[in-house]
Amino acid sequence: MRNGIVRRSLLPGALALLLLAGVGVAHAEGAAAPAKIDSGDTAWVLISAALVMLMTPGLAFFYGGMVRRKNVLGVLMQCFAVMCVVGLQWVLFGYSLAFAPGNAFIGGLSWVGLHGVGAAPYPDYAATIPHQAFMIFQGMFAVITPALIVGAFAERMKFSSFLIFTVLWSTFIYDPMAHWVWGMGGWLRNLGALDFAGGTVVHINAGIAALVTALVIGRRKGYNGVAHPPHNLPFTVLGAALLWFGWFGFNAGSALAANGVAVNAFVATNSAAAAAGLSWALVEWLWNGKPTMFGAVTGAVAGLVAITPAAGYVSVVPAIVIGLLVSLFCFAAVSWIKPKLGYDDSLDAFGVHGIGGIWGALATGLFASSVVNAAGADGLFFGNARQLLVQAAAVGATILYAFAGTWILYKIVDRFFGVRVEEKEEVMGLDLTQHREAAYTVLE
Amino acid sequence: MKLIVAIIQPHRLDAVKEALYAAEVNLITVSEVLGHGRQKGVTQIYRGARESGNLLRKIRLEIAVNEDFVQPTIDAIVTGARTGETGDGKIFVMDLVNCVRIRTGESGGVAIG
Repeated sequence: MRNGIVRRSLLPGALALLLLAGVGVAHAEGAAAPAKIDSGDTAWVLISAALVMLMTPGLAFFYGGMVRRKNVLGVLMQCFAVMCVVGLQWVLFGYSLAFAPGNAFIGGLSWVGLHGVGAAPYPDYAATIPHQAFMIFQGMFAVITPALIVGAFAERMKFSSFLIFTVLWSTFIYDPMAHWVWGMGGWLRNLGALDFAGGTVVHINAGIAALVTALVIGRRKGYNGVAHPPHNLPFTVLGAALLWFGWFGFNAGSALAANGVAVNAFVATNSAAAAAGLSWALVEWLWNGKPTMFGAVTGAVAGLVAITPAAGYVSVVPAIVIGLLVSLFCFAAVSWIKPKLGYDDSLDAFGVHGIGGIWGALATGLFASSVVNAAGADGLFFGNARQLLVQAAAVGATILYAFAGTWILYKIVDRFFGVRVEEKEEVMGLDLTQHREAAYTVLE
Repeated sequence: MKLIVAIIQPHRLDAVKEALYAAEVNLITVSEVLGHGRQKGVTQIYRGARESGNLLRKIRLEIAVNEDFVQPTIDAIVTGARTGETGDGKIFVMDLVNCVRIRTGESGGVAIG
């Protein structure tokens, strides 16, 4: 799929063969070959990068609506700051650590400052688009992942420490993990783990980091297992809608080409989100007596999370099943397990992204079909039980690394800078104490 | 019968509520108000422009009580609201002429509790 040669059928056969041979050699050498840039593919990947970019402000509003009014700017600012900070980290050295030739665990430093990453395609990753287009598309994933964690420690983290934590987490957790799964030579990639658009790297990774930070930072003052009412649910709905929209770039863009796999991913994404939004509302209806707006959008986001690793490998009916079931798992996690265990994952970053991501990664091992995507593999239900084990191994490795790594980084930042705001600052709110702004006026 | 009106810091509301419940004062009305006394207000900065002396967000409590409950209510509010810093607020106590429970038409002290 990423070779882009198949679609050259319009060219005379001989020329096509010649091209195939040429790219074949380049592939073997792993160098930036004179592969032909496809304008359709390039346009789609650039647009997809812009769509994924919009997910981070979408997430900011999704989260911002859930917090108390005194903390809404604090949450928006944390998400926005990630766009600025990781946006720079990525082009300076993050992309190189994740994708430059290296060993099985981390990329090298040869692409620092985008050295050698230019207009020519890098066929090992995407043969028909400029290397830099692939880089910036991946960059938007690197941005949203640490922003997802914000939901766990919302309303109580010091902004300065947040910035330091984010840079460290991106560098030492996200970049190596992206290399494992997507980088040439990455050990999970070589193992054959299927992760179409980042279920492990983005969602399980951020979800586990969220659980760790929620555990070590402690509960919000006054939290006793019952959430504070969200201060602006329409913001949350707006944010969820932006996430859904951007997710078409996230998943369908991950085909890295404007082709049938991209369309399959697009349709699977929409179907899973629709199924999950509906099933969460239905579960609430049965359990609590009424379906809620908050529940429907939470379900839709959980569905988007769950379909992420599977989007390019499963057909539409499995996508619907993945979506229907993810809401059951996530609903149980946020409304039953979380209060039981007593940790304060304020906005359910673990409950939605962690649990939904784990289900999605395992479901990929159940429902993947090589009929949908020849570059993929068959899952358990298509006669390949090994794929489920590989998926489980990828999930296990991600959980272990994200858990241990996040815990260590948190402790380091806490030791030197202190992670949590003073108690008085927490009660006054992050908007006034961290930014000296207020989101809303009362009179004027 | 007395009407107790208290102006307190918004972040002390939970503590005041707890103290009131502990004193078995369970009926309160809460509203969000703006104002300032000696405390000058929090400085906010918008695009570099400093804004100080803003009116501050405060919480106003209104509690109607029978005589036995006047001092316990005042004590509870002080316990919950006091931080020792400027801006902790004030308590006003005034005579209450009557009180009518709309549902039953009862009036006077019996309608308060």
